[in-house]
Amino acid sequence: MAAEFIAQQLELAKGISPLAWLESTNERGQQAFAEATLPTRKTEDWKYTSLYNLTEIGFANSAPHAQAHAPVVPGLQANRLVVANGELDTSASDAAALELVVRFRDARPEQQEAIRELLGNVKGERGHLFADLNDASINDGLFVLIEKNQRLEHPLHIVYANTAGDAPFTVNTRLLIALEQGSEATVIEHYAGDDTVDGKQNNFTNAVTEIRVGDNAKLVHYRLQLMAESAFHIGGTFIDLQRDSRYEGFHLGLGSALTRNDIIVNHNVGGSHCEMNGVYVPQNKQVIDFHTCVEHKVAHCTTDEVFRGIMNDKAKATFNGRIHIHPDAQKTLAELSNKNLLLTNTAEINTKPELEIYADDVQCAHGATVAQLEEKERFYLQSRGISAADAEVMLSFGFINELLNSLNDEALGLWLRPQLAKRFGRDDDLSAQLSGEL
Amino acid sequence: MIEIKDLKASVEEKDILKGLNLNIGPGEVHAIMGPNGAGKSTLGNVLAGREGYEVTGGSATLNGKDILDLDPEERAREGLFLAFQYPVEIPGVSNLEFLKASVDAVREQQGKPALDSVQFLKLAREKCKAVNLDQSFLKRGVNEGFSGGEKKRNELMQMMLLEPSLCILDETDSGLDIDALQVVADGVNAMRDANRSFIVVTHYQRLLDYIVPDYVHVLANGRIVKSGGKELALELEEKGYGWLENGNENGAE
Ligand SMILES: Nc1ncnc2c1ncn2[C@@H]1O[C@H](COP(=O)(O)OP(=O)(O)OP(=O)(O)O)[C@@H](O)[C@H]1O
Ligand SMILES: [Mg+2]
Repeated sequence: MAAEFIAQQLELAKGISPLAWLESTNERGQQAFAEATLPTRKTEDWKYTSLYNLTEIGFANSAPHAQAHAPVVPGLQANRLVVANGELDTSASDAAALELVVRFRDARPEQQEAIRELLGNVKGERGHLFADLNDASINDGLFVLIEKNQRLEHPLHIVYANTAGDAPFTVNTRLLIALEQGSEATVIEHYAGDDTVDGKQNNFTNAVTEIRVGDNAKLVHYRLQLMAESAFHIGGTFIDLQRDSRYEGFHLGLGSALTRNDIIVNHNVGGSHCEMNGVYVPQNKQVIDFHTCVEHKVAHCTTDEVFRGIMNDKAKATFNGRIHIHPDAQKTLAELSNKNLLLTNTAEINTKPELEIYADDVQCAHGATVAQLEEKERFYLQSRGISAADAEVMLSFGFINELLNSLNDEALGLWLRPQLAKRFGRDDDLSAQLSGEL
Repeated sequence: MIEIKDLKASVEEKDILKGLNLNIGPGEVHAIMGPNGAGKSTLGNVLAGREGYEVTGGSATLNGKDILDLDPEERAREGLFLAFQYPVEIPGVSNLEFLKASVDAVREQQGKPALDSVQFLKLAREKCKAVNLDQSFLKRGVNEGFSGGEKKRNELMQMMLLEPSLCILDETDSGLDIDALQVVADGVNAMRDANRSFIVVTHYQRLLDYIVPDYVHVLANGRIVKSGGKELALELEEKGYGWLENGNENGAE
C-alpha cells in the first residue's frame, strides 16, 4: 500500500493548478516526495505510529467548499477566518480578519517576495516527507504579517473546516506567520470537525505552519486539533525565534483517527523564550503522536515545555520531546515535562524525552512519567463523600485542566473545557454554569 | 453517637493504636491531647477509612452502625467528617466543583433534595463568608496555593456545608493567627447542637478557652491514658505528659 499511497498523493499534487511563482517549490516538493519511502515501524521517529490506515484509503483532491461547517466559539473576541476544504471562504470570514492576511493566490509581486523569503526557509530541511508533500501541492495559503511594533488587539482565529461525506479527500494547507520587531499577536489555528453530521469524515489534512517571531516580538499560538474522529491529521509547525522574542504555544490533540504533529522550535539569535504546553486525550482507537524538538543554537535562551496526556479505551499516544543544546548555547535554561495517565489497561503511551547537551554551562531538566492518580488526593475526595469512581474522573480531568487554566483566553477555555470533560463522561453543565455565575 | 471499643490499628506493620476506647454522646465535645506521634491523626485516619491504616482489632460504631467496613465515602455520607491536619492540594480540580460534588453526594444519602447551582452558590458564598475566606477561593484549585491558615478555613467551610453528625478536627487550630482562631472557634460553636458531636485534637489549651469541651482525653502510645473535664487541659499545660502512665514513649507498658 505504501508505494501506491505515494503515487496517489503525487498524482494529486500534480493535478493542482499551480501558481507560477511557486512552481519551483512544487517541483522540489514533488521530486522529494517521489523519492520518499513511507515510514514503517522500523523508521526512527515513526516507531509507534503506523500509517497503515491512512494508506488504505483512496483520497481525491479536495472538492469545492460549499457546505463546510465551521464551529463558532461563543464569546471569543477574535478576527475569524474560515478555510473550507483548504480554500479561504471569504464569505464566512470577518472583513477585518481578511485585512490581516494575504492569500498566496492574491499576493502582489512584493508580497510574493515576502512569502518566498519565509516559505520553506523556516522549515528548512527539518520536515519529513509530509512537509515535502505539502510543498509539492502548494498552490495557495495564508500569510499573516504583523508589522513592526503593531499589537493585534484580538486573536486571529483561523478555522480549518472540511465538509463531511463519503468520498475521502486530501487537503494541504499552508500558513505563514511573521511577526516583525516588537509586535505582538495571538493566532488560533483551529482544525475543526463537523459535529452537526453523523458518519464519516475521513479526509486527510496535511498542514504546515511556518512562524517567525522577530526581535522583541511575542506570539501566543494555540493549535487546536479537534477534527472528526474519522479524519487524518498530519501537522508540521516550524518556529524561528529571533532576538529576545517570545513564543507561547498551546497544542491540543483531541481529534482524528490518526494525528501526527511535529513541532520544531529554533532559538536562533539569543534571549528568546519558548513556553509550550500541550494536552492530548485520545479515546477509542485514536492514535496521537507528538514529536517536539527545540533547538538551542545560541546562548541565553529558555524553554519551558509541559505536555500531558490521558489515554482511554484502546487509544495510543506517543510523545517524543527532544531538546538539543548546541555547543554555543551556554546559559540555556530548559525544562521539559511529560506526564501521562492511562485510564485502561488497553490504552498505550510511549514517551521519550531526549535531552542532547553539548554545552557545559546550562540548566536542564526533563522528566517523563506514566502516573497513577495520587492516593492522598483520591482519599481526600472520598472522605468528602465523593465515590472512588467520581474521584478518579475529577482527578484525571484536573490533571489536564491545570494546563487549560493557563490559557489566557477565558472564552476559549470555557469552550474547550466541556469538550475535554466529555471525554471523561462528565456532566459539565455544572462547571460551565458555576464559572458563569461567579 | 460514636462508640470506639478496644480499637487497634497498624500502619506499615507498625502498631499505632493499641486498644483505644472512647465513647462520645450526641452533642458532646471531646478534646484529645497528647504527645507528637501518639496516634491522634492515626485515629482520625482510621475512622475516616484511609487506605494503609489497617484495623487489627476492636470496633467503631457511628449512630449504631459499624463503620469500619465501609468505604471512606460511605462513612462521609453517614455523617463522619475529618478536618485534616494537612489538607492536600489538588491542582486543576476546582474547589467549587469539588464542594458541589461533595454536598450532592452527602445530601443524596441524607434524602435531602439536590441543590441546583444557584442555590449551591448562594450557600457556598455564605459559608465562605462565615470562615472569612474571599469567594475567589471557590474558583481556585482545591487548596491550591492556599496558605496554611486558608487551608484550615477551607476545611471548616467544608464541614459547614456538609453538616456532619461527627466532626473530627485534627489540629485545625495549628497555624492559625489569633483572628482566624476566633473565626474557627465561632464556626464550631455555631455548629454545636444536641445532635452533633466533636472530637477536637489540639496541642493548645488556648483553643479550649474558645471551644469549651465537655471532656478532655490524653492519647499516648495508642491509648487513652487519662480522661477528665476541661480542667485537665490546664493541668497538662502546667505539667506536660511525663507524669501520666504511658505518657511518653518510654512509659511503662
Ligand atoms: N502513613 C504512615 N506511614 C508510616 N508511619 C506512619 C504513617 N502514619 C502515621 N505513622 C506513624 O504513626 C505514629 C503516629 O502518628 P500520628 O500522625 O497518628 O501522630 P499524632 O498523634 O497525630 O502526632 P502529631 O501530634 O505530631 O500530629 C507516628 O510514629 C507516625 O510516624
Ligand atoms: Mg497528628
